[in-house]
Amino acid sequence: MKEKRDNFSWLSYIVLIVFTAPIILGYLWLFISTFSERTYGLKPVDLDGNFGGLTLKNWAFLSDPDIWIITMNTFLMASFLTFGVLLISSLAGYALSRINFRGRKTFLSMTLILHAFPSVTLLIALYFVLRFISGVPLLGFLFGYNTIGGVVLISISLQLPLGIWLMKGFFDSVSWDLERAALIDGSSRWRCWWQIMLPQIKPGLAALSIFSFMTGWSSFLIPYTFLTRGNKAVLSTYLNAMMSSDTVSIQYGVLAAIGLFQLIPILLFYSFTQKYLMKIFSGGSHGGV
Amino acid sequence: MEVKLQNLTKKFGTETAVDNMNLHIKDGEFVAFLGPSGCGKTTTLLMTAGIYKPDGGEIIFGDRLVNKVQPKDRNIGMVFQSYALYPHMSVYENIVFSMKLKKKSKDEMNREADRVAGLLGIGDLLKRKPGQLSGGQQQRVALGRALIKKPELLLFDEPLSNLDARLRITMRSEIKKLQKDLNITSIYVTHDQVEAMTMADRVAVIKDGKLQAFMPPIELHEKPRTKFIAHFVGNPPMNFFNIELVSSDGILKGVNSHFTLPLAKDRQPKEGSREVILGIRPEDISINPDSDLKAEVLLVEPLGRDDLLQCRMGKEDISILADPKDKHRCGDVIGLDMDNTTFQFFDCETEKSLLWFD
Repeated sequence: MKEKRDNFSWLSYIVLIVFTAPIILGYLWLFISTFSERTYGLKPVDLDGNFGGLTLKNWAFLSDPDIWIITMNTFLMASFLTFGVLLISSLAGYALSRINFRGRKTFLSMTLILHAFPSVTLLIALYFVLRFISGVPLLGFLFGYNTIGGVVLISISLQLPLGIWLMKGFFDSVSWDLERAALIDGSSRWRCWWQIMLPQIKPGLAALSIFSFMTGWSSFLIPYTFLTRGNKAVLSTYLNAMMSSDTVSIQYGVLAAIGLFQLIPILLFYSFTQKYLMKIFSGGSHGGV
Repeated sequence: MEVKLQNLTKKFGTETAVDNMNLHIKDGEFVAFLGPSGCGKTTTLLMTAGIYKPDGGEIIFGDRLVNKVQPKDRNIGMVFQSYALYPHMSVYENIVFSMKLKKKSKDEMNREADRVAGLLGIGDLLKRKPGQLSGGQQQRVALGRALIKKPELLLFDEPLSNLDARLRITMRSEIKKLQKDLNITSIYVTHDQVEAMTMADRVAVIKDGKLQAFMPPIELHEKPRTKFIAHFVGNPPMNFFNIELVSSDGILKGVNSHFTLPLAKDRQPKEGSREVILGIRPEDISINPDSDLKAEVLLVEPLGRDDLLQCRMGKEDISILADPKDKHRCGDVIGLDMDNTTFQFFDCETEKSLLWFD
């Protein structure tokens, strides 16, 4: 019996390996090429095409102070995005889950439609919105066109439909009695949300924050469109600039190194938190409109 | 504290959950709301707690109209069926949560927590999390959380439903004793008539959002005002037959296609038509081999002290309590004596009692 099961698991391993091989090979190439002059398939070669040519010079960009500013920008953008999405989604999700107000159902279905809406189609309209905000004193400085704040604002709003639905699902699964008990114990709605409800949906918050952070960290289209600093804005646009520059020939080694550099935080993040991420699909699916 | 519900009404959409409820609960009284699930008893309780806003009528605590008062300002304690303990807090934090919100001093919180924990025998659990407690312990903690506020009104929402049968009996007497000792006005929602009967000073029977009766348990049992109450209260439930009243030789008799029962002189329907519903409790039927009234035993359910016999009499089903020593078997034909001084009569249409009126 035991042997039979072993055979079966071997089989499943083989199937899995076959299907994941392209991705694994891709990452392997990425890793190897960051340390090589050139590559021949997966084989690192030097300039003459002989085996060898291992080098660290592809990572030289790390000594450029610009990269750290860009990384900081990216980090700030992802963090603010995460914070904003968490705050608004958990408040809106709570209200949608618990309070029966006029237009609640419409709001929920509209949110769902927005979620299905491709953000590219909104780019031009968003451009006008940001230009308008730029004209408002003070606000324009923080959230206008060509500011990290503006990009964060737009990214948050695009992320909200998913976040609100997720949070509503998690709140729906918390017992009403818990909240009633808190209200009778003397807490206000705010306190109840903050001290009683939020701790119950920690896995949901964790999942949403990881999801949002990763989206922010790797987002390209919005920063590329709304930050005119172009290549000096965030990591993804920097990477893009390296690829599409007309003047210099593309250095694939450096490109791969920057790509890997951008990937590291996500990989770390993901490996520590994947069990929470899975909860999006198990815990967040409760409750309908 | 006195609690008065006056013409209390609650609607959910087009559905009327609570319909014109009128109740006057005395200070220190233990009142049970009894009814099947979905009858509006929990809705009434939640309105009393201030969680639901009534659509009509008044809720009066003492001489204070509290319709618009927030739950936190009503000075009530509530115990839920699901316990509703805050899972992320320790037992101590759960119990003192309400004091913490009122910014009481640490010393005072410790003192009060100790007092309540002593009262409920949960002193050694204070550091644990609710998830590490058994159902009975969680229920005690929930009770402690309600009591620490020194509430003027205690609300119980089916608090014992999730406990096992034995623990339920222990907790039943404990809650009742505690309530008497502390003399806190209490409302206890339950669908279990045994709980309502054993614990409450008065029972409010609710059906379809309407108050059916509000009286002491014994009166509820002995003088049921409606057929619903007669059926719902008492275990095993009352037997009912449709009979026609016929007067012959100066004696009023209840006649059915299978039997004729003479009625006792001082226990006859006071009004109504000739067709009535007759009710008799299983314990008021005795077995007498010489009786002309015969029934066939279909099923024997041993209850320990008694055997419950499900019998068939013509077209009617009837349940009877019998002595287990008599060893009745399925298929036996037995003779029955019905004690006609225990008969209940109900109107066929309104199902209201024809013996007892308010």
